[in-house]
Amino acid sequence: MSGVHIAPPELQPASFEFTPESMALAKKHIAKYPEGRQQSAVMPLLDIAQRQHDNWVPQAAIRYIAELLGMPAIRVLEVASFYTMYNLAPVGTHFVQVCTTTPCWLRGSDKVLSACRKHLGVGPGETTPDGKFTVIEVECLGACVNAPMLQLGDDFYEDLDEESTGRILEALKRGETPRPGPQNGRLSSEPKGGATTLTTFNPAAPAAGSDD
Amino acid sequence: MPTLTIDGIQVTVEPGTTVLQACELAGKEIPRFCYHERLTIAGNCRMCLVEQEKAPKPIASCAMPAADNMVIHTDSPMVKKAREGVMEFLLINHPLDCPICDQGGECDLQDQSVGYGKGSSRYDENKRAVKDKYMGPLVETVMTRCIHCTRCVRFITEVAGVPELGAIGRGEDMQITTYLEQAMTSELSGNVIDLCPVGALTSKPYAFTARSWELRKTESIDAMDAVGANIRVDVRGREVMRVLPRLNEDVNEEWLSDKSRFAYDGLKTDRLDRAYVRRNGKLQEATWAEAFAAVATGLKGLAGSQIAAIAGDLACAESVIALKDLMEKLGSPNLDCRQDGARIDPSNRAGYIFNSGIAGIDEADAILIIGSNPRREAALINARIRKRYITGKVKIGLIGEQAQLTYKYDYLGAGPATLKDIAEGRHAFAEILKGAQKPMLILGQGAIARADGAAVLALAKQVADACGLVKDGWNGFNMLHTAASRVGALDLGFVPGQGGKDVAGILAAAQAGEVKAVYLLGADEIDTSKLGSAFVIYQGSHGAAGARRADVILPGAAYTEKDATWVNTEGRVQLGRRAAAPPGEAREDWAIIRALSDALGQTLPYDNLGMLRRRMLQAAPHFGAVDKLTPAAWGNFGTAGAVSDAPFVSAVADFYLTNPIARASATMAECSALARGAAMPKTGTHD
Repeated sequence: MSGVHIAPPELQPASFEFTPESMALAKKHIAKYPEGRQQSAVMPLLDIAQRQHDNWVPQAAIRYIAELLGMPAIRVLEVASFYTMYNLAPVGTHFVQVCTTTPCWLRGSDKVLSACRKHLGVGPGETTPDGKFTVIEVECLGACVNAPMLQLGDDFYEDLDEESTGRILEALKRGETPRPGPQNGRLSSEPKGGATTLTTFNPAAPAAGSDD
Repeated sequence: MPTLTIDGIQVTVEPGTTVLQACELAGKEIPRFCYHERLTIAGNCRMCLVEQEKAPKPIASCAMPAADNMVIHTDSPMVKKAREGVMEFLLINHPLDCPICDQGGECDLQDQSVGYGKGSSRYDENKRAVKDKYMGPLVETVMTRCIHCTRCVRFITEVAGVPELGAIGRGEDMQITTYLEQAMTSELSGNVIDLCPVGALTSKPYAFTARSWELRKTESIDAMDAVGANIRVDVRGREVMRVLPRLNEDVNEEWLSDKSRFAYDGLKTDRLDRAYVRRNGKLQEATWAEAFAAVATGLKGLAGSQIAAIAGDLACAESVIALKDLMEKLGSPNLDCRQDGARIDPSNRAGYIFNSGIAGIDEADAILIIGSNPRREAALINARIRKRYITGKVKIGLIGEQAQLTYKYDYLGAGPATLKDIAEGRHAFAEILKGAQKPMLILGQGAIARADGAAVLALAKQVADACGLVKDGWNGFNMLHTAASRVGALDLGFVPGQGGKDVAGILAAAQAGEVKAVYLLGADEIDTSKLGSAFVIYQGSHGAAGARRADVILPGAAYTEKDATWVNTEGRVQLGRRAAAPPGEAREDWAIIRALSDALGQTLPYDNLGMLRRRMLQAAPHFGAVDKLTPAAWGNFGTAGAVSDAPFVSAVADFYLTNPIARASATMAECSALARGAAMPKTGTHD
């Protein structure tokens, strides 16, 4: 029914405070804005809070940030609930965000999702019983050239298929960190068979027409 | 100034006017939901689309500034189609539950879909459903009906200054709510009900009690505080079903405080609906004749100086002048209307009214608030100060309680010492006042209802004189009253006559047995235990403190039940109208006093309201200038003297429970309990 999923009171911690490291980072963001415009730092601060607090923002953090920036709590909640990147309820240790927007879908994101279901036993919007994995569908993450893809933490895993997705998930289960980036052997978004232009370009050689 | 053509009509408008406003100037009606004259522009409902020549698509007229040579069409096929389209979209998720919706019959969405809609929908999917939200005891929510115009959010943030409503989520999932569904704490929260163009926010106390078309509507004046807000009383049979604000730019604009709007259930409970006489120590029901006879017996043989009268906070001007005349006939100089003991100097009108007028706040560039919490004492005036505050053109200083007002102020001090510093030019704020074009001070009753009140009043006058608050065409000396009756009673001279006693004097004399009979005209805010063994006549509408102590009770009418004259804190004379009949045998108050005068053999010389009002005109000619402000001449008032160090305390401790009607109201009791349970949270509009 509702797209705003706020954790129920029993899951909400009573209080929240930035760690010294988070605070230092928050202060850096706040300092970017002129006096009286500190509210502009609300988005980075929410992100800092989310990173500090198991990848979700509790209401205590909303109130804490509101207090810190001198703004009403409802304003902070408005921002936090507007952007889907802020989680207002607990998520699994591994937060698997599968892009299912048109380019990824055309390139087989359905397969990626079915791999998730096969290896984790959960579908979009669900968390594994052990709390290790949460899978969600997301809108375009801007990596269409490497479609289909998924995001894990700050990393993109690209050029996926059912098999490579399964490999990644199994590696995560074992506690390993699989190598991010394209999973089909290509380098970043270069053509799969190797470069087709600038094949003779030698970055070490002086550029043509330069003075020295 | 831009000149534009609207449907072939040329209009020239002020720079900064929107196309929508220009269309209105040209006499064209533009449908709208999110746009509201007194709120910022959101431009999110799209209902106000019009066609602009040379523009590629319809424009949202509410958000488009009018520019020179624009050619606008408001009735072209394109506009018609655009409106139909927008309306179809708005209705996609709006339930068709008008028959069970309290907004039905007075709903913008209903009216506009009839006026501009297509009559059918092509939408076959399931409608969205949204969980209802708790917003406190006053506002009922049916959030599925919400069309996300955000008027409520903007009102509570901008006008009320307590930003506690917001829109969480986005797109189809957007929901209006308070933070984690806490109750709203604003004392103006009821206005979101009027602002809501659909039935999403409706009145909780009024829920499912009446339909708008079966109500008899009477335009009247509110008596819950001294603002004199213009109201419309909606009545079915003899029962007040709801109270709504009426537009008056100079007083309440179009807002109403929650107390004025929701205390009406107090009109139905604890009412005095027949006369009572105390026999053998017990109050027993009596007929009017028996009650009058009891009064005659009680007053028999008493000299004038042994009789006293106190007028309460809800007494209308008619009853006050009638009682004053009666007391005069009985030879009593002991009358007073200042129940709180405020040391007001009644000899000079400029010394006890809000001289600049409430609208004057819109021009003020320096405001000194003394011993007042305007948010509790006059919520609408507080909103007016906030309105001025957000323009950034005013400096506000406060002496007294450091309350959470809805604007930022310089806290100058707690008590009279600071006021003295300003009066004698030793304080920095004195320079701010002197440097201002239109400086004003707002003197609360809390500052003068104390032993050194007269000296505080003199100090305030000294500030006004020394800092140039009174100049040509501007008088910035403003007293803020809390009682609807006060200024009217002062104007009519309901104050101690030659050698007469004031409230404190009357109570002391009653205790000492010197005053043997006291007439309480709805006076409930006095310490009735101090009335000693005096014979007490209580005339009023509610069985409150005064009635419990009374020996004879004369049941009167509440403010909605009589044609009455009210003078607000500005000195503005306004006419309240009878919306319903008083309950049982209760009568209009002046008529009771007139009938009693007959029974006492001191017949008052007026037989009808017209004659009485002529008498009022004679006593105070400005009563003829209804709805207008009559400027008062600046003069001397206050008595210079020593002041104590005691800090000023606001005259109103609990916004919701200031008079017998509000105290009888279950709704107000609930609001009060909620407010007491939680300390006023920070409003977020200041540090």
